[in-house]
Amino acid sequence: MFSFSKTRIAAISTAVITFAMTGGNAIAQKKYDTGATDTEIKIGNIMPYSGPASAYGVIGKIQEAYFNKVNAEGGINGRKIKFISYDDGYSPPKAVEQARKLVESDEVLFVFNPLGTPSNSAIQKYMNAKKVPQLFVATGATKWNDPKDFPWTMGWQPNYQSEGRIYAKYLMTEKPNGKIAILYQNDDFGKDLLKGLKDGLGAKGASMIVLEESYEVSEPTIDSHIVKAKATGADIFVSVTTPKFGAQSIKKVAEIGWKPLFILNNVAASIGSVMKPAGFENGQDIISANYAKDPTDPQWANDQGIKNFDAFLQKYIPEANRTDGSVMFGYNTAQTMALVLKAAGDNLTRDNMMKQAANLKDVQLEGLLPGIKLNTSATDFAPIEQLQLMKFKGDKWELFGDVLSGELGG
Amino acid sequence: MTTAHETAPAATASKKAAAAAAPSMNIARVASLITLALLLLVPLFLKNFYIFQMTQWLIYAIALLALNILTGGSGQFSLGQSAFYAVGAYTAAVMMEILGVNYALTLPVAGLICFVFGFLFGLPALRLSGVYLALATFALAVAMPQVLKLHFFESWTGGVQGLVIIKPDPPEFLKTIGLKVSQDMWLYYFTLVVGIGIYIASVNLLASRSGRAMMAIRDNQIAASAMGIDVPLYKTLAFGISAGITGVAGALGAIAVAFVAPDSYTIQLAIALFLGMVIGGVGWLPGSLAGAAFIVFVPNIAESISKGLSGAIFGIILIVIIFLVPHGARQVAYMAQHLIGKIGKSS
Amino acid sequence: MELFINQVLAGISTGAIYACMALAVVMIYQAIDHLNFAQGEMAMFSTFIAYQLLQWGIPYWWTFPLTLIISFAGGIAIERALFKPLGNAPVLVHVAGFIALFAILNSVAGLTWDWTIKQFPTPFGNAPFLGSQLISTHQAGMIGITFILLILLFVFFRFTRVGLAMRAAAALPESAKLVGINVSWMIALGWGMASGIGAIAGILIAPVVFLEPNMMGGVLVYGFASAVLGGLTSPFGAVMGGFLVGVFENLVGTYIPGVGNELKLPIALALIITVLVLRPGGLFGRTFVQRV
Repeated sequence: MFSFSKTRIAAISTAVITFAMTGGNAIAQKKYDTGATDTEIKIGNIMPYSGPASAYGVIGKIQEAYFNKVNAEGGINGRKIKFISYDDGYSPPKAVEQARKLVESDEVLFVFNPLGTPSNSAIQKYMNAKKVPQLFVATGATKWNDPKDFPWTMGWQPNYQSEGRIYAKYLMTEKPNGKIAILYQNDDFGKDLLKGLKDGLGAKGASMIVLEESYEVSEPTIDSHIVKAKATGADIFVSVTTPKFGAQSIKKVAEIGWKPLFILNNVAASIGSVMKPAGFENGQDIISANYAKDPTDPQWANDQGIKNFDAFLQKYIPEANRTDGSVMFGYNTAQTMALVLKAAGDNLTRDNMMKQAANLKDVQLEGLLPGIKLNTSATDFAPIEQLQLMKFKGDKWELFGDVLSGELGG
Repeated sequence: MTTAHETAPAATASKKAAAAAAPSMNIARVASLITLALLLLVPLFLKNFYIFQMTQWLIYAIALLALNILTGGSGQFSLGQSAFYAVGAYTAAVMMEILGVNYALTLPVAGLICFVFGFLFGLPALRLSGVYLALATFALAVAMPQVLKLHFFESWTGGVQGLVIIKPDPPEFLKTIGLKVSQDMWLYYFTLVVGIGIYIASVNLLASRSGRAMMAIRDNQIAASAMGIDVPLYKTLAFGISAGITGVAGALGAIAVAFVAPDSYTIQLAIALFLGMVIGGVGWLPGSLAGAAFIVFVPNIAESISKGLSGAIFGIILIVIIFLVPHGARQVAYMAQHLIGKIGKSS
Repeated sequence: MELFINQVLAGISTGAIYACMALAVVMIYQAIDHLNFAQGEMAMFSTFIAYQLLQWGIPYWWTFPLTLIISFAGGIAIERALFKPLGNAPVLVHVAGFIALFAILNSVAGLTWDWTIKQFPTPFGNAPFLGSQLISTHQAGMIGITFILLILLFVFFRFTRVGLAMRAAAALPESAKLVGINVSWMIALGWGMASGIGAIAGILIAPVVFLEPNMMGGVLVYGFASAVLGGLTSPFGAVMGGFLVGVFENLVGTYIPGVGNELKLPIALALIITVLVLRPGGLFGRTFVQRV
């Protein structure tokens, strides 16, 4: 239906064609819910601009810049986007307050990409009761793909459980008799990925696990956990960590002279903000998985998608740090949103927003790896379900194997 | 370094001011009546979202009142109120969702559990004062989220995922007498009634023998002990009562937000409550409303000025306030009272 | 047994981080008689200044003293601009001021240098120290510098006029004034020194935990705990407190079955509170008797 991997001109002309094809009845059938008019579409968003997770606030800023770009280029189907983003400080009660402000006071059409599992859990029931879309939430928890109970909530990124399953599959073929030590962050993210990994390993694999060790984000260093993991005699180390702790684990494992098969989760796989600070020499042969292009990876230096990405940053938000994985995340999510809005045409009802979001067919984004496609349906609210494994060599990730889906047997 | 030194001069000054100007009693009474009328009437004209915001404001005000009883009343310093708030919230959530208990019944239970918890915590805290007590309470606040997500309790607390609560509907009889009341409005008035009850009880407590005993301890512990006051008892009692009220606020907060999770009750909340107390004026119960307004609205103001620097702007607003009125809303109130008193005399 | 020794060694190297921070905590306590909750953020900010100087191509051994001077001046400036005007306001108001300072420094650092982690160089290298892979040369160097600082502080407070005057000003401000000590400037000097020591702590800690605006959040809690455990009046106690907390925390995480790892911070804190209940002045500190 859409192909965004082509140049922008092509994308725009497709839009024009789509518009021309549907144009005839669209004029007759202009339909609006609160938040949409002939000239404007109001989109709400919630981000942790302050507080412990403020590192992710950059996502909201990138999205805002992207919608500025869309507006500068004429808007979507002639309508300008008004992007209203509020700060919840990563606190669920504040997220509820902000969601209600967006829905009841600012009267947005829908809430797009609110960040964090706790915050989204807190507002999910409210959004569904109000029948306001909670679209493309910025969390990898598995529970967002539940169209039956929560028809107004949809995820975006591959969920952590599928990612865990993919690593399990890899380990079962690569090192079926290995001993696995797992270090995970003690929150929803760490526990979800751990569950996927354990489910994927199954009964046989469970005996491979010699250590499941959790850490708290409040710990200054995770050194002692690594020492403990090495002492178990494990030859596989799975690091389920956020960037800072990912970098610490890479560095410490190298420092204590431990040479396990090292699996690092996607969240911490950025070259610019994890691998480089941790030292390339320490990161050799680490295995990870990804779905998006890493702008700091030299292999994409001549890629058209990354060139467009850089041109966008240059023009609309030059202060952004392109090594930060969140920047690419904001870019990709905002693009998805623009596509869905375009597809909705003049039928800007909340109902139709969900319908269009649940009607993505093999959509490719220029910031995603070749072969990774967005697919949704009325029963599948998980747009990205694929990942590709990769190995760190020199100063870049080498992709290998097929594009994988985390669903076992599927 | 106990808080005794700081609150004492302000308190005596206020007593003098109160004694000097008899009409000020009337001013205070008029002010409280106006406040009460506003609290009762304003929500009738507001959208549900603003009613919800006002509910949160009242809930924080109750939590600040509790902290005021502890710090203003007995001179003990706490950076750990979020822990009691969390216990109250989880008590309500678990009772409602797992045990199916009516929401109104969870409040006294939350209060009682937190009272016991606070009383027990107050026992070792007896031996600590000043920075040591600050550290102990701070430790409690830091530790609480980790305890809440402990895997042993997961089937009850929902672990890291937290628990979703069903928001209570207004009682049926309101409908039968023809009143259409939204969930938010019902919860607001419910909170308001609980809040007023707690406020009246607190004022009476501080004016009672026990309250005076606590304040004697605040002003000078050794002297109080020499006067025959059972210092350990009253100090732990203050901790217990403060924790109990905070627990009720936590339970109300959980019901209003309809969700509890470890991330809701971090050290950030404890710090916010502490700041609220300072802004409201230590030891001045009505200041709790002003302090709570600071907690709810100032972050919103800060982010509306700048997203990237919202933290810095919050800090600057805070500094400006403590520079202008180091004794918080209480100082503003006395200044206003003084001014009105002067106008009254000159006329 | 090997695991035990490993965990103790790992604890000592983590403890060095806490000890460094605890020294800064004790320094400010000596000067102003309470804890500065913004101390970690000040140290973080100083480290970012060092990072910026390095980025501009200034050599490490020039950056180090330059950062110290800037931090020292910055500490004095903060005291003069923010806390001197608050003067006689209640301690609780000062604490609110610390929190405001915390918010401002954190937010400004985030906007200036953004939130991604940065590598920070170490002058000592990261090779195994004396053949032990658990303590790197950097961590050994850190322990060394901590002890050098400790000795310098001891000499300063015990034998120099300024040091003695500073102690007098903090303990008995009124009497100090009577004997001609400029109490106000002693406090400012204390802020400057605490800020300088914080900068050293930040520069030593950053290579281990990576530099980012929230770097000191966790460290500060441990720094407070260590300083209080060792005794806020004793720099030596603070350093010992740091190592004890580091080792103890690791042992709790390793040997208490079930909850040990999940609750190692709460258990460590509970133990510290127990120690305080038994010895209110901390392990190495003195207690003061209050008179009516």
